[in-house]
Amino acid sequence: MSESQFAFEMRGITKRFPGVLANDNVDFAVREGEIHALLGENGAGKSTLMNMLNGLYRPDEGQIFIKDQAVRFSSPREAINHGIGMVHQHFMLVPTQSVAENLILGQSAPRFYINYSELEAQVAELSEKFGLAVDPRAKIWQLSVGEQQRVEVLKMLYQGAKILIMDEPTAVLTPQEVTDLFDTLRSMTASGHTIVFISHKLDEVVAIADRVTVLQRGRVTATVEGKDTTKAELARLMVGREVLFRIQKAPAQPGAEALVIENISCENDRGLPALRNLSLTVRAGEVVGIAGVAGNGQTELAEVIAGLRAATEGRVIVQGQEVTGKRVAAGEQSEASKGGSWDIQVSLDIGDSSINLSKGDERPEKQAAPIMVSEGLAYIPADRTGVGSSPNLSLIDNLILKAYRRPPIGKGWRIDLSLAREQAEKLVEQFNVMTPNVDTPARLLSGGNLQKLILAREISSRPKVIIAVYPVRGLDVGAIEAIHQMLIDERNRGTAILLISEDLDELLSLSDRIVVVFEGQIMGEVPPEDERVDEIGLMMAGTRVEAVHAS
Amino acid sequence: MRVKIEPRLDVPRWMPFASIFGALVVALLLGAILLAYGGLDPVTAYWQMLRVGFLEPYSFSDTMVKATPLILAGLGVAVAFKMRLWNIGAEGQLFLGAWATAGVALFWLPPTTPKPIMLAVMTLAGFVAGAVWGAIPGVLKAKLGVNEIISSLMLTYVAIQYNNYFVYGPWAAGGFGLTAPFPKTAWFPRLTDYGNAIPALRGLTAHMGIVYGIIAAVVLYVIFKYSKWGYELKVIGDNPNAARYAGMNLSRNIILTMVISGGLAGLAGMSELAGAVHRLQENFSPGYGFTAIIVAWLGRLNPLGIIIVGYLFGGLLVAGDVIQPAGIPLMIQGIILFCVISADTFTRYRIRIVRAAPVTATAAEV
Repeated sequence: MSESQFAFEMRGITKRFPGVLANDNVDFAVREGEIHALLGENGAGKSTLMNMLNGLYRPDEGQIFIKDQAVRFSSPREAINHGIGMVHQHFMLVPTQSVAENLILGQSAPRFYINYSELEAQVAELSEKFGLAVDPRAKIWQLSVGEQQRVEVLKMLYQGAKILIMDEPTAVLTPQEVTDLFDTLRSMTASGHTIVFISHKLDEVVAIADRVTVLQRGRVTATVEGKDTTKAELARLMVGREVLFRIQKAPAQPGAEALVIENISCENDRGLPALRNLSLTVRAGEVVGIAGVAGNGQTELAEVIAGLRAATEGRVIVQGQEVTGKRVAAGEQSEASKGGSWDIQVSLDIGDSSINLSKGDERPEKQAAPIMVSEGLAYIPADRTGVGSSPNLSLIDNLILKAYRRPPIGKGWRIDLSLAREQAEKLVEQFNVMTPNVDTPARLLSGGNLQKLILAREISSRPKVIIAVYPVRGLDVGAIEAIHQMLIDERNRGTAILLISEDLDELLSLSDRIVVVFEGQIMGEVPPEDERVDEIGLMMAGTRVEAVHAS
Repeated sequence: MRVKIEPRLDVPRWMPFASIFGALVVALLLGAILLAYGGLDPVTAYWQMLRVGFLEPYSFSDTMVKATPLILAGLGVAVAFKMRLWNIGAEGQLFLGAWATAGVALFWLPPTTPKPIMLAVMTLAGFVAGAVWGAIPGVLKAKLGVNEIISSLMLTYVAIQYNNYFVYGPWAAGGFGLTAPFPKTAWFPRLTDYGNAIPALRGLTAHMGIVYGIIAAVVLYVIFKYSKWGYELKVIGDNPNAARYAGMNLSRNIILTMVISGGLAGLAGMSELAGAVHRLQENFSPGYGFTAIIVAWLGRLNPLGIIIVGYLFGGLLVAGDVIQPAGIPLMIQGIILFCVISADTFTRYRIRIVRAAPVTATAAEV
């Protein structure tokens, strides 16, 4: 293949951030019309490299060529003008506007009058052509995450992208949506588009990529043909060692009932039933995995247990104590009145309303007031940056997010800053969080390190019950292993763990029991054995365990 | 050749200071142009302002008098802003605080009440009245999600008219939009009160309100830096979802913050009446509550920074009393804010001048 058949080429790219060498003399060339996977651990420099191609960052050294011509972008707009579009992990859409409106966002045409019917027809045509089913008139907030991703892809296509960079596109998708996405990607390459597929999921890379370039610590370790490679080889190239795919663990020794969920029902954000009369028990020292296609009530279940969502019916019992509807106000008030110098006036009863401070959104939320994240319950939320951490605050501040309230960190009305710093330094080291120092804002951590930080915080509170929602989503193999080991260590220490995941391999490897949910109900329970996967699959699709066995 | 604006990826530590300094210089230059256009000699005008506001023997005391309400209200605004709660109704809270103060001094306590008791009750009344006025947008926000920017601003106009009703109606002395003067027991001690003992203090009108300001600043500094509540403000301000997840009570904190914010603005009104005006009157505040927003912002929400900025703006107000036309210092205030906010652009973006043919570039050019 001659040079000119490269859709683009990056030569000798180096990019430094304060204290980090993100890309070190990287050469990366992608042929026209191929799906090229960019594989690497978290923090290997994949996103950084692609953000330079997309004009978001500028390389410190090195050059980018498109069809043998050197280019230099200082904004994504310039990149799109050269036919390069990127779909980020975090979507850049306006929730209150329609799909069609989002597509013309930032475009110079139309200048004044928007012919909606024509625009919608164009969108529909594009959708049809590439199998990106989405209603052009739907508002973004009404769409599922998978649909929103399709809108992002449509947006790039509409703006004329010939080279599409997808940053971890499958991280947020259900298995069915992944299949659809892959079909779309193939039809795009068939019509001459070029795809860069950033991922660290080996299965997917092997399934979809024509070629694979592997990054390790900012350097390219190899570029291989997709069809010639194996998962084991890629894993070795990625982490520099053979990866253990299954965690080693002794049989569980379940103790007393630590978490009991009795006939819980609740609604989702749109006010539709999310859980229907669901009951579940997790014992001390066992991992119960919840399997299911995303959107079948898993996140709502976790939120109800953690007290972030109101249950319409039923009870949640942690360590023999009912915590359903227990509000933070009660717990905090007594704490504050012990030593609170500022707690002077408010005797106003705070009712069931709560408030969303997020920018531009003044609607009160449908969910209930914050409820006490009761003692002994740790919750690892699915959304690490949006819920699990405070991005602009330091690691110290993030690590005391729960502990600030009680001794030894919280002393009367004040916080023991030196103890907080000391403990933060200890935790960062113990949990192997890679960071320049503990004063670094959390937003500068990579996904894996941020998740380690959150786990460090949750585990250091010595919980009796841990609710972990997609704990390794979007993480690299090394971080996954570390986090799985942390969870198993906790189990062995006698903690009850409820694991919610869409990754069957993860569930099979970690769980002692697997419970499958579908539309907010439990379809049945299965032991975590590889040969039961088909059974789990059937239940995930809505077949009850009895029916599975009957057939 | 064209100019390109690109976001900065990391901001050097000195950048915010450089931007403020640069903004001040640009503001003074712009002000000079306008002064010259108005037929004044900019150098003389600036010198006059500097002299009157900061250099004369009386300047320190006079500037302090003006700075006191700015500092107190500025601290109030900063508490709310720290949580990204945009309380811009400090002016109204200040008026309500002043109203309650006047009620205590003139009507609700006998003029023979001993001074310490009188002042203590006035202080309490001023704080509570401001706090109630601040709590209204707070409760509306916490319970119903009403935008506090609009409600707090609108309530300011209500407060001003409420005040006007009293000074022209039930509390009027002669129908001129003012009440009778406060009894001496309701006056803050001033430096000049000690003029007989220390002649140097004679004629100096700085009053005890500044002590309130300094105490409030120190308390807030400690709260922001060391307290659980300060920590909660920080987290709620940065990521309300994380705060809720951590079990913090957002509604309660919104109301509490607005109460304290309004209370401090109310204290500003109280201190202005007890220390300087000695009666309630129409328009007794030249927009202290609004200037306080500028003060809080320029002080970067840092209580100690607010004292410094409050003092400088106090000087500008003093200069305004002697410079003709009187609008000039106010205009310069506006230009300064405008420039400082604009200068923030330079901390967040960098501006490059690109020569022709930007498509081809070499690796050496960074």
